[in-house]
Amino acid sequence: MTRKQRRLILIGSSLGVLALAAVLVLSALKDSIVFFNSPTDVVEKHVQPGSRIRLGGLVKEGTVQRGDNLAVRFEVTDGNRAIAVSYQGILPDLFREGQGVIAEGTLEPGGGFKADSVLAKHDEKYMPKEVVDALKKQGRWEEGAGKKK
Amino acid sequence: MIAEIGHYALVLALGLALIQSVVPVAGARLRDDTLMGVAGPTALAQFAFVATAFAALTACYVMSDFSVANVFENSHSAMPLVYKFTSVWGNHEGSMLLWVLILSLFGALVAAFGGNLPATLKATVLAVQSWIASAFYLFILLTSNPFLRLPQAPFEGRDLNPILQDLGLAIHPPMLYLGYVGFSISFSFAIAALIEGRIDAAWARWVRPWTLAAWMCLTLGIAMGSYWAYYELGWGGFWFWDPVENASLMPWIVGTALLHSAVVMEKRNALKVWTILLAILTFSLSLIGTFLVRSGVLTSVHTFASDPTRGVFILMILVLFIGGGLTLYAWRAPALKQGGLFAPISREGALVFNNLFLTAACAAVFFGTLYPLALEALTGKMLSVGAPFFNLTFGPLFVLLLLVVPFGPLMPWKRGDLLGVAQRLIGAAAFALVVVAAVFAVTSGGPVLAPFGVGLAIFVMAGVVTDFVERTGLLRVPVATVWARARGLPRSAFGTMLAHFGLGVTLLGLVCASTWGTEQIVAMKPGAVVSLRSYDLTFDGTMTRQGPNYRETIAKFTVRQNGTVLGTVEPSKRTFPSRQSSTTEAALMTRGVSQLYLSLGDPNDDGSIAIRLYHKPLVLLIWLGAVVMFFGGGLSLSDRRLRIGAPKPAKSGKPALQPAE
Repeated sequence: MTRKQRRLILIGSSLGVLALAAVLVLSALKDSIVFFNSPTDVVEKHVQPGSRIRLGGLVKEGTVQRGDNLAVRFEVTDGNRAIAVSYQGILPDLFREGQGVIAEGTLEPGGGFKADSVLAKHDEKYMPKEVVDALKKQGRWEEGAGKKK
Repeated sequence: MIAEIGHYALVLALGLALIQSVVPVAGARLRDDTLMGVAGPTALAQFAFVATAFAALTACYVMSDFSVANVFENSHSAMPLVYKFTSVWGNHEGSMLLWVLILSLFGALVAAFGGNLPATLKATVLAVQSWIASAFYLFILLTSNPFLRLPQAPFEGRDLNPILQDLGLAIHPPMLYLGYVGFSISFSFAIAALIEGRIDAAWARWVRPWTLAAWMCLTLGIAMGSYWAYYELGWGGFWFWDPVENASLMPWIVGTALLHSAVVMEKRNALKVWTILLAILTFSLSLIGTFLVRSGVLTSVHTFASDPTRGVFILMILVLFIGGGLTLYAWRAPALKQGGLFAPISREGALVFNNLFLTAACAAVFFGTLYPLALEALTGKMLSVGAPFFNLTFGPLFVLLLLVVPFGPLMPWKRGDLLGVAQRLIGAAAFALVVVAAVFAVTSGGPVLAPFGVGLAIFVMAGVVTDFVERTGLLRVPVATVWARARGLPRSAFGTMLAHFGLGVTLLGLVCASTWGTEQIVAMKPGAVVSLRSYDLTFDGTMTRQGPNYRETIAKFTVRQNGTVLGTVEPSKRTFPSRQSSTTEAALMTRGVSQLYLSLGDPNDDGSIAIRLYHKPLVLLIWLGAVVMFFGGGLSLSDRRLRIGAPKPAKSGKPALQPAE
């Protein structure tokens, strides 16, 4: 085998592996990305029921209701619109009324949101970045208010 | 006063680093021994000064000097002493100081133990190391100074983020940084080789121990972080494909590729240009990891603060070193001489295969991690790339790679015989298939892919055993001969076996824990019993306890199996008044290498409390495998040829004495 042939085999197999990786990435990308939406986006952009999204905003004061079997209902608001969220399971440590939250799940035909995971921030100092941006868009964000007390 | 000493020491370290950046390179160009000789002492002194700065900050923390802003923000006088030490790096400024401490430590180690390096190479390596150090000293002094004072000293600090108050966190960041920053040495060696325009097999032998040491620390650091997330975050998950986790995984993947390609370079003088590129890429990914974690572009537990000036500064460092490194590579690499030839089916071929798949897997992770950031920056759309993406891309690539792992060590160099190697692996493959069938039989109706995952793990481990048997002639020759042959094998061969075995162990744990784990979420009242697998857990009630800087609600459970009491577990929830925040402390009961995992949710109005229960079969193997890999690396590192160092290349026809002119 000549040096040239060997190099061709090497380059060929590299391209093969790269192509394989590209195919995997593109096919996986179709199903496993989830867009972030604020309650206003959901209402105004008419997000289709049944589509999977991440919903972010503040837990509206006075809306958290606990039911049987760890069922929880609450509303997520960005100051402009609010969406009712239902969830079953254990909420994160820092889930509280008036605090930033991100719920991932599907939109139901009635306009409600069924969450299968709920994330709160890790630390009382910070908001999830997406929530801050959504609040800023609605003009409900005061610089520094959520950061350092 | 102590804080000012620390600040001053850091400024002096910067001054030394600037000298070390310029003088030795000039010396290497002019072949002036005096100028080159500057690098050694400055590297040692730099380390001494950074260590002084670090000690000063530690002293401020231990003495709870709240007049220092950084201590006020992240410490509390009631915090246990050990966390006063660990909170030094539990914040942005302190962790950057730890970063440069480790960077200067590696520089000092090269200066101290690099005696057998050619003088010009050593001088250039230390200078490049100093370029990196200067950039990061500047970064700390200009944007993240941990020694700043408050105009008025408060009485009490604001406490460390509660989820960071944990022993796992004491070890995780230093180990991770030892890995990240350790790769700076490979980078410096690569840049120095490009500057010198000369590279040979000896180069690979000098670089390999540093890469290996960094890789070992990174392996352990990632495993520690994963175990910490497992028991501290209360979700029972061990890997979330969180961007910050990916940031540490990417240098590990490419670093692994670098380890393997450096072997080819050392033994066969081939793949030189590629190895240099990998060395540059590995450290580049470490820098990107630092950028992702420190700049605040991501929201996570690791993002201590988001200050745009810091992000821009780190981005500039990134562009300078990655851009500069790759430009130098593009300019100088074509001039490097190509090395030995090899057939596609050979040990070299197998290692190239390893490199291809590792880099492709890393590219997939890189894409998934940065795509959301890029998309948001370009279009403003916000999206998240979740775990399914990584499982679907990284997974298949790694499965293919693992299938080939047992073949590599059995292949001879230069030209191999695939059929012959396959024949020798028939036993291992047959054993793996038997296991697959057995797992299918036991878990009839369960997931289809998982038994094959177990089979793959068994194949990798059985492949290691095959390798050992082949090399020593076990079962075919007398025991004394086997013993003699085993003793004759280089330690690095055992290192390879151990590391590959650890890979199989980790895979086995991953497959079993994620496939056959059971989860239950229930609301329980005191006296209630819940069953999980063969275990019955009785909820005995809750009590509260006062910790040093928190209040704790503890739930007590008695665990029984077939009526016999195995013990009690006490998951708890801690509330930290100084931060108005709380953490969930999961309770673990270890049975062999499997674990029962309990974490508490919120109490309900009717007196019941939400409990999350998991049974995680073989879960400990995930981290034990990483420990085995670590020891494999250690065994390789202690190999004679790395201990003794590379032989000096013969001086080509240069007479010992220059004739007088």
